[in-house]
Amino acid sequence: MKRSEGSTVGGVAPPEEPTKQRLSLRVNGAEKQLDVAPWTTLLDLLRETLDLTGTKKGCDHGQCGACTVLVDGQRINSCLTLAIMKDGCEVTTVEGLARGDALHPVQEAFIEQDAFQCGYCTPGQICSAVGMLAEGHARTDDDIREQMSGNLCRCGAYPHILAAIQQARRTSAKGEGT
Amino acid sequence: MNRFSYVRARDAREAVDVVSAHPTARFIGGGTNLLDLMKEHVTHPSHVVDITRLPLKGIEDTPDGGLRIGALVTNSEVAWNAEVKRRYPLLSKAILAGASPQLRNMATTGGNLLQRTRCYYFYDVGTPCNKREPGSGCGAKTGFNRIHAILGTSEQCIATHPSDMCVALAALEAVVRVTGKDGERAIPFADFHRLPGDTPQLDTNLKPDELITAVELPPEGFAAHSTYLKVRDRASYAFALVSVAAALTLDGGHVRSARVALGGVAHKPWRNPEAEALLTGKPATREHFQAVADALVRGAKGFGHNTFKIELAKRSVVRALEEAAGREGQP
Ligand SMILES: Cc1cc2nc3c(=O)[nH]c(=O)nc-3n(C[C@H](O)[C@H](O)[C@H](O)COP(=O)(O)OP(=O)(O)OC[C@H]3O[C@@H](n4cnc5c(N)ncnc54)[C@H](O)[C@@H]3O)c2cc1C
Ligand code: SF4
Ligand code: FES
Ligand code: FES
Repeated sequence: MKRSEGSTVGGVAPPEEPTKQRLSLRVNGAEKQLDVAPWTTLLDLLRETLDLTGTKKGCDHGQCGACTVLVDGQRINSCLTLAIMKDGCEVTTVEGLARGDALHPVQEAFIEQDAFQCGYCTPGQICSAVGMLAEGHARTDDDIREQMSGNLCRCGAYPHILAAIQQARRTSAKGEGT
Repeated sequence: MNRFSYVRARDAREAVDVVSAHPTARFIGGGTNLLDLMKEHVTHPSHVVDITRLPLKGIEDTPDGGLRIGALVTNSEVAWNAEVKRRYPLLSKAILAGASPQLRNMATTGGNLLQRTRCYYFYDVGTPCNKREPGSGCGAKTGFNRIHAILGTSEQCIATHPSDMCVALAALEAVVRVTGKDGERAIPFADFHRLPGDTPQLDTNLKPDELITAVELPPEGFAAHSTYLKVRDRASYAFALVSVAAALTLDGGHVRSARVALGGVAHKPWRNPEAEALLTGKPATREHFQAVADALVRGAKGFGHNTFKIELAKRSVVRALEEAAGREGQP
């Protein structure tokens, strides 16, 4: 993906670069102090600077959801986010969901339900599902389909993704007694 | 994306000052439209002024019994807000019909109003477009125009305004509060967006240095009888081909007042108070809804690929009004 279409160009600093700006982020629990060019997207910062390549670049235009991460617990498209605007925020990527060796219930469910084929959309699907479950507006299959519509899967693994999310929803609902 | 200076505004005054000092400077809210257009080289601001730290994030009652929504409240927050759902379910429904949950978590109330058209030629800098480059021509009129306007078009431009939220705000007769170099003003929703005419580069009547601070909803929210119907190419996450915000107040089986706004058909949410008035005092029946639909779409003109929208708009109006009439309150 890195070489394609020149769409990552915006995130790579040009040689004659004007002033970078200081940015503090908490990424997957670790404090980061970074100097970034203001036109760096959060997606490019994660992938190119922080080497967190779990977050994917599909379209780079908000259309596919592959770049979904959680900022202060909310799911967003990191491709349409300027990193500098998230100064002081907490970012969670797919790499930050597990607790040590224990996978996040949504990750577990994706494996158990075989909810991916090529896997390209999966980190975005998982982060989006985690965000959606926290929002707490999805109950039925149709709710989930609608509220996961921002994540496309070119392999068409949708039925299994749905099953995985329902499984995770039930497990976490039990866990929290809600 | 082009190189720009980033300014994090500490207050509205500073934001307005920077934008008025630099003609190509832009405010940024959620960034979901501005950054997209910058990546496509459609927009190249010299300065990007971050307004997201300004204290415009509240949803509060107004003295007259309406609701004021701060310009930086996200689309998600508005849609799921308990008061909005209870008093203005039409607005909630329209917002949830738009974009994706991720985008709605980012998109702001102010930014949604100012999102630009999705006309393919506007986005493609290799083609002529009067909106992007005044005087260069319009690629859409004789090109691919399936998503384009059928009402209020001009020789210069046949683009549509793509927002769902704005269609509901038009029906609700919201007021847009702005502040600029020349002070504050309130713009009625009908006067906020404009038709393309000879200046399609202007989407709205906002002055370049004006900052939207809030959107105010009047007390009447049509909570008992309203709906948003969106017709699109896929079940979700697609812009409207045609959408309808329909709102009624009923007296028994008769219509006391009606509002109908159409999306996806014009350069602004389309209303026609005379067409709406046809329903006043009439029974809430299909026959009368049909008359409104016909009157609303009168004068519509297709450009080939989008001609189907004329019939689609009429049928959608009838269906939305039937749904609104039948609907009892729940958001
Ligand atoms: C893939 C995709 C699908 C989408 N689908 C839909 C859809 O189905 N329906 C729909 O309605 N929308 C849809 N959208 C559009 C989305 O709703 C808008 O991009 C969003 O509402 C814009 O809000 P923002 O805060 O991100 O704006 P920004 O990108 O931050 O700003 C947009 C413009 O508004 C200006 N601005 C922002 N805030 C203010 C302010 N307070 N005062 C003055 N100027 C301001 C900026 O300078 C900029 O010019 C979609 C977008 C994408 C990317
Ligand atoms: S319809 Fe308007 S926006 Fe589209 S190409 Fe023509 S002038 Fe440009
Ligand atoms: S890469 Fe961000 S939505 Fe596709
Ligand atoms: S698993 Fe291949 S894109 Fe979803």
